[in-house]
Amino acid sequence: MKPGSFFKKAAAAPHIIWSVMFIVFPLLFVIYFAFTDNYGNFTFDNLTGLSVYTNTFILSIGFALIATVVCLLIGYPLAYFISRTDPTKQKILVLLIMLPMWINLLIRTYSLMSLLDNGGLINGLLQTFGLSKIKMVGTSGAVILGMIYDFLPYMVLPIYTTMSKLDKRYIEAAYDLGCNNRQVISKVVMPLTVPGVISGITMVFVPSISTFYISQKLGGGTFDLIGDTIERQFQNEITYNTGAAISLIMMVLILISLAVMNKFADSDEEGGIIV
Amino acid sequence: MNEKDVKEGNVIIKLQDITKSFDGEPVLQGINLEIHDNEFITLLGPSGCGKTTTLRIIGGFETPDSGSIYFDGREISDIPPYKRQVNTVFQRYALFPHLNVFENIAFGLRIKKVPDPQIREKVKQMLILVNLKGFEKRNISTLSGGQQQRVAIARALINEPRVLLLDEPLAALDLKLRKDMQNELKNIQQKTGITFIFVTHDQEEALSMSDTIVVMANGSIQQIGTPEKIYNEPTNAFVADFIGESNIVNGIMIRDYEVSFAKQTFVCEDFGFAPNEPVDVVVRPEDIDIVPVGESMLTGEVTSVTFKGDYYEIIVDIDNFKWMIETTDKVSVGQTIGISIDPNEIQVMKKSEFSGMFGDYSSFSDELDRLSDMTEGAKE
Ligand SMILES: Nc1ncnc2c1ncn2[C@@H]1O[C@H](COP(=O)(O)OP(=O)(O)OP(=O)(O)O)[C@@H](O)[C@H]1O
Ligand SMILES: [Mg+2]
Repeated sequence: MKPGSFFKKAAAAPHIIWSVMFIVFPLLFVIYFAFTDNYGNFTFDNLTGLSVYTNTFILSIGFALIATVVCLLIGYPLAYFISRTDPTKQKILVLLIMLPMWINLLIRTYSLMSLLDNGGLINGLLQTFGLSKIKMVGTSGAVILGMIYDFLPYMVLPIYTTMSKLDKRYIEAAYDLGCNNRQVISKVVMPLTVPGVISGITMVFVPSISTFYISQKLGGGTFDLIGDTIERQFQNEITYNTGAAISLIMMVLILISLAVMNKFADSDEEGGIIV
Repeated sequence: MNEKDVKEGNVIIKLQDITKSFDGEPVLQGINLEIHDNEFITLLGPSGCGKTTTLRIIGGFETPDSGSIYFDGREISDIPPYKRQVNTVFQRYALFPHLNVFENIAFGLRIKKVPDPQIREKVKQMLILVNLKGFEKRNISTLSGGQQQRVAIARALINEPRVLLLDEPLAALDLKLRKDMQNELKNIQQKTGITFIFVTHDQEEALSMSDTIVVMANGSIQQIGTPEKIYNEPTNAFVADFIGESNIVNGIMIRDYEVSFAKQTFVCEDFGFAPNEPVDVVVRPEDIDIVPVGESMLTGEVTSVTFKGDYYEIIVDIDNFKWMIETTDKVSVGQTIGISIDPNEIQVMKKSEFSGMFGDYSSFSDELDRLSDMTEGAKE
């Protein structure tokens, strides 16, 4: 054994203990509960009984997909724009993007609610101008808007990071070889920022699909998403096992989508042609 | 001076009074340059002298603060890079990492929407030209430096530019590969007939490859000429010192064909100076002959002898000025020797801002330091 390797192991110990306590154990618990009944007997019933939640799954996936796509459509040009400004402006703009991330998500959601509410700021303004109120809280639009508002920075930042690391020489080479501004973006900038896009998509899609407070606050109880369903199951000891089963399915779904996206990113690096 | 200074022919690019500053720091100070069809022209100078900036102005990646740039007689200052008939091989290649060798080379043609079969045919020809047959499917990151360099050349050449800009394309290669690539580049240039504007700070590379060398220092052109001309008839102390080894001494041009230095009067081939004009005199180390003391023009004591393989490098102290001599004669340290210099080996130069910056060889192991000091000093 090399001297020092003990210390290296010792230094890594907190990390290992942390992972085991907070990642591995909870996972094992989820799996245990998902496959047992209330009396601790092994069963598949929890999983097979989930078909009643099919619509919930579809709705959640749909909302999360829409939010992710909109975040990408807003976030990508925004990140590109930021990366093209001069360095001091860039720092300020990045700070502005990061600022909301330092505020608790719940508070951000509440503040959005106070804007959209029936008695909220926007409807108040509409009334003072003599217009009729618009019902916003309780609509699917409000829920999706909440997701976009809460998670947009998580799309912008990873894309911005890969863009700012993008070697300017690639862009100059593209101009040199005859690309106009639009072609530089589609032929060089976009293919080379795919890794940032992938992590942006992941970081928006995963929290969007599992959120419960956004749909509770902005959905006004109209929408029952997976996150809400899971939360409800765990508020009652009898339904723990069903909650665990839903969580398990969710995790599997997320893992599959991550794997698919990573595969996409890898095949790109192998010199595939992106047009 | 009847020998032609530069290649003749159709002027394809003309730079006129180009200046450029970055953050108030002048980087180019009045560049005037004509580049001809089919010419292999090299911008040579120490680091930071403005070579890349000049190239980027020609490529359209920088706009000059003042001055004009003409292509085929037409002013092109306002034309963006993608509309110029110029392609660039970048300082560190800048090959697209997301595309394989084939697609990198095909890139320019794809942008021009050339039909597929034609692209395949032309890429094939290019791969043969740069000796990379069979590399089509390879990922850029799996290529060696020399292979990447050749892909970069193929990617630029396939567009059949009128002018190819090459920014130190060989700097990252080891010596052996570099020599091979020098020959290969020269061959490609002759085969295609495309004008090459080549940037390097390696004087040997410049001398062996170029039709014309442009020596730059501190953002100005010091001399434009053929390699022979630049080497044999440097116009000032900077050029003499930068290209090859040289002894540069203060002299007085007594009259046409007669110059005095080192307390002696020498016959030379230079003329056209004012009577008794102070000048810089350059004598190349290999042009100095060692002769018996009685028959010599100058005598001095040998202070160091270095074996260089096929010759000795000798430092001789003559009146406290340390001369460098390259010779095959064997002498030893402490010996007193005589030297003789033929009239045609003496090059007389006008005094310039660089006069006195390059002394003798008393501290010649520090020559590189002096060179960089010089660039700093002259800027201030
Ligand atoms: N974009 C820029 N901003 C500020 N200064 C710059 C910029 N580009 C070049 N410079 C400065 O201009 C001077 C000339 O640079 P340039 O790149 O033309 O030198 P070079 O002759 O190509 O040197 P090298 O042999 O090291 O490549 C340098 O002092 C450099 O620091
Ligand atoms: Mg350079």
